[in-house]
Amino acid sequence: MAAHLSSGRVNLTALREAGRRELREFLDKCAGSKEHEVEKMFTLKPGRLPPADVKNIIFFVRPKLELMDIITDNVLREERGRSPLRDFHILFVPRRSLLCEQWLKEQGVLGSFIHREQYSLDLIPFDGDLLSMESESAFKECYLESDQTSLYHAAKGLMTLQALYGTIPQIFGKGDCARHVANMMIRMKREFPGSQNSIFPVFDTLLLLDRNVDLLTPLATQLTYEGLIDEIYGIQNTYVKLPPEKFAPKKQGEGGKDLPTEPKKLQLNSAEELYAEIRDKNFNAVGSVLSKKAKIISAAFEERHHAKTVGEIKQFVSQLPHMQAARSSLANHTSIAELIKDITTSEDFFDNLTVEQEFMSGIDTDKVNNYIEDCIAQKHPLIKILRLVCLQSVCNSGLKQKVLDHYKREILQTYGYEHILTLNNLEKAGLLKPQTGGRNNYPTIRKTLRLWMDDVNEQNPNDISYVYSGYAPLSVRLAQLLARPGWRSIEEVLKMLPGPHFEERQQLPTGLQKKRQQGENRVTLVFFLGGVTYAEIAALRFLSQMEDGGTEYIIATTKLINGTTWIKSLMEKLEPAPF
Amino acid sequence: MSRVRADEEEYWHSSKFRAFTFDDEDDELSQLKESKRAVNSLRDIVDDDDDELERVSWSGEPVGSISWSIKETASGSTGSLDGRDSSLQKGSSSYAALPKPASSYSLSSLFKGRNKLSSFQSLSDALTDTGVKNYAPELRRPRAEYKDYSSDWSPKDTVRRMQRGKVCSLERFRSLQEKLVLLDEAVAGHDGNVITAVLIFLKRTLRREILFRELEVRQVALCHLIHFLRETGEQKFLLDLLRLLFPLSLQLSQYREHLNIQDVEKRREFLKGCIGLPFSAEDTSHIQDHYTLLERQIIIEANDRHLEMAGQSELFRKYPRKASILNMPLVTTLFYSCFYHYTEAEGMFSSPTNLKKTFKIPDKQFVLTALAARAKLRAWGDVDALLTTKNWLGYTKKKAPIGFHRVVEILQRNNAPVQVLQEYVRLVEDVETRLNLATKYKCHDVVIETYRDLKDRIQLTAYKCKVERGSAEEEKINSILSNMVRNAYS
Repeated sequence: MAAHLSSGRVNLTALREAGRRELREFLDKCAGSKEHEVEKMFTLKPGRLPPADVKNIIFFVRPKLELMDIITDNVLREERGRSPLRDFHILFVPRRSLLCEQWLKEQGVLGSFIHREQYSLDLIPFDGDLLSMESESAFKECYLESDQTSLYHAAKGLMTLQALYGTIPQIFGKGDCARHVANMMIRMKREFPGSQNSIFPVFDTLLLLDRNVDLLTPLATQLTYEGLIDEIYGIQNTYVKLPPEKFAPKKQGEGGKDLPTEPKKLQLNSAEELYAEIRDKNFNAVGSVLSKKAKIISAAFEERHHAKTVGEIKQFVSQLPHMQAARSSLANHTSIAELIKDITTSEDFFDNLTVEQEFMSGIDTDKVNNYIEDCIAQKHPLIKILRLVCLQSVCNSGLKQKVLDHYKREILQTYGYEHILTLNNLEKAGLLKPQTGGRNNYPTIRKTLRLWMDDVNEQNPNDISYVYSGYAPLSVRLAQLLARPGWRSIEEVLKMLPGPHFEERQQLPTGLQKKRQQGENRVTLVFFLGGVTYAEIAALRFLSQMEDGGTEYIIATTKLINGTTWIKSLMEKLEPAPF
Repeated sequence: MSRVRADEEEYWHSSKFRAFTFDDEDDELSQLKESKRAVNSLRDIVDDDDDELERVSWSGEPVGSISWSIKETASGSTGSLDGRDSSLQKGSSSYAALPKPASSYSLSSLFKGRNKLSSFQSLSDALTDTGVKNYAPELRRPRAEYKDYSSDWSPKDTVRRMQRGKVCSLERFRSLQEKLVLLDEAVAGHDGNVITAVLIFLKRTLRREILFRELEVRQVALCHLIHFLRETGEQKFLLDLLRLLFPLSLQLSQYREHLNIQDVEKRREFLKGCIGLPFSAEDTSHIQDHYTLLERQIIIEANDRHLEMAGQSELFRKYPRKASILNMPLVTTLFYSCFYHYTEAEGMFSSPTNLKKTFKIPDKQFVLTALAARAKLRAWGDVDALLTTKNWLGYTKKKAPIGFHRVVEILQRNNAPVQVLQEYVRLVEDVETRLNLATKYKCHDVVIETYRDLKDRIQLTAYKCKVERGSAEEEKINSILSNMVRNAYS
């Protein structure tokens, strides 16, 4: 079921198993037996709990106050209401919180919980090479609220990883948050001198990257297959919900009678062979793969006509389930590609992309952009506007005061003055700012790191810039240059980017030092503090697969993001308009 | 639980001390793997040294176990953070800093007995008395947890213990100096849970002025406190804090409060109060505008609701309002006013020109909005007037600050007739755009004239099949074509 987790260079099943064991231990305790049959699972919501014939009810929650109110409501209604009495338990993920428990106490329900514990599930395996903390507000907390608790959890998660996969001998990092996490890891290690474990290290290097170092990349529209699915439909916990029309079963004679109305829900991960092959390709290269696959599959089905002997027929039949799975997978992805194509071929998508690419290649970043103005005038979604304005600001090392004021005024007048709060948040996070000192560093950074490539090959890429059809994600470029030739070659640019860069070494006992085999790749864990996009992941996978790359990457992050979800997390939550 | 701890509470209420403890109600041992239990159960027998235990657990249990880390953070730093408000303490049992081992011990023994009957799994469970707390979590506190109180921990150790979710009494830190070191240590640890806990302690034990003064130079801690106050809804304390400390972003935090005020009159009053706050010059002007806008909207709303109810205005009868105008953005308000109040004199609050002047709305924005509103009403005359300028000699000229292609788009979206549409298509300057728009919206005359001016016979001939046979347009094409031929030969 979770075979895809062990498919990569590092077997993440071990982490998953450890997580499962911990959960089982908790369940053992609640149920007082070795059975873990979960009768029903409910999404947390206010009101009465749905009926279920169970003794134990476990609340599995993030430590957030608003969730405590819901739990209180649930418990009070349950206790007031019908018998039989239930046993309540609460399991905080990843940590218990004083505030939450105090809150429950004030509501008078704390005593109702028999077990209150925490499930330190910091890093959740998403795929064979991908771990996420699913902490969507990490960036906001670090940069708007000066709350670095999520970094503390990140450090904890890294300690867990090291306990399972050995001490990571080299730590590199760039950015303030990266520095904090490295410091905490070192301190945690020092405080427990016995923590030296005897596991042969799986990871050679840890690279901690603060999202703050590369604010640009998430703002641009991702152009890989998976990236576009996320941009357009939003991937949540590896699932995507799609409009059902294109997935209607094609049967003749039904005349479109039973058109499905529920959104089509699909899981997306490397367990699906076809998806693993196309997810990281530039969308323009997906069509040809799909049509090639279609030919192979229909050829395979044609085989049946050639099957003459019983033996041949038997062999054909034995392959059928696999072929049918391949066919339905192909059908699904053809439908998704069609849906995406409808959007990528639209005029507005093209215009938007043109402006993004102009900004990223350094064209006209210092004046008010006509397209953005038009979008405001036509009241396009505010997040779209903010993404573009922030992109322009980042590509110009801040906007000229006059330009910034102009955008602000237009946005506030069109979308409402209360958005001044959101604009302020974006300024605080450094996404939107006035240019100070009149210096624009971006061109130097762009040229030195080769962030813009004019001759991009989308079909058979030779550089990571294919993931944005020209723009090479800064964060991944940093990872690439670290592996070869090393950061010393880009000292000057590193100094222009915010926050310190550093290197730390963790001593290994002599017996555990690695003797690398000839031609064996190094393994680097890249931890994105503040979120990572699917396109960046694709770029790192591309580097892993490069023939003479020499490094394979495992990716960890606080949250999988795209420009929209990221900006949304920074927006002030406004009360919905009363109409 | 308060029932059981009555004796403790009594003690603390009668004493001049107030308790503040981070105690661990849950036995972390219970979370360890069974194999580990035997070892750890020594803890209850042998006098446990915490650090030593810690070393064992961090040191690498067999591969595949993360229980060491579980234990590490485990059993969460929980407990009574009493003192959000002294009134809370009553019912909610402020834990004693120095509980009475004897009483809780005997109580837990009681439960132990019961437990044994019901659900003891194994001997090892019994040894570690895990089960006990399962059934009496509020009552029992492991003996081991109390012994540390006498020991004299540095702020650093205390913070580390709290990060690990251990029992900690903060009461021991009495001097301001010590408290501040404690706070700085907590901040350096980056664990929000602990920072908040220390802040709650300081908030309760320091005078406000002193707390505020110290927070001013500790921005991280300040942010945590603000966040805490906002989450727990301690508005008054929060406002006091904001009033004293004036970083710009905090002013906005006060402004944000208006979103929670439903009543428009009160909201307006509140916004008025915000204007005086020391925002940046630029923000001040936006907030001033916000206030002025809401003030206008209240007047317009009262007036128009009355008009609509009276039913005497034809406009309101024909196009009933879909929603009230209150709290709408400025541009929406302008649209509304262009729709319902277009002809009003500038002196009226609801007139478009008045809005334009008051809020310094740029020409482009104004024309765009007015155009959309008038086109929706199909008031083509107004559209024409809006785009016509007169120079001082009295000559008129068509002018569109937004570009005529945009004018065409807007009119087309409102189903303008071809006659109206083509007048503006004709004015689109860029030939290619003009041809595109004209072809798209079937403004045949414009297409034909443009090809004529371009002297493009081929396209013109090709276009013949797009117009109706025998129509005036076909006639026109034919005559132009023959003219072109004649000119070519002459």
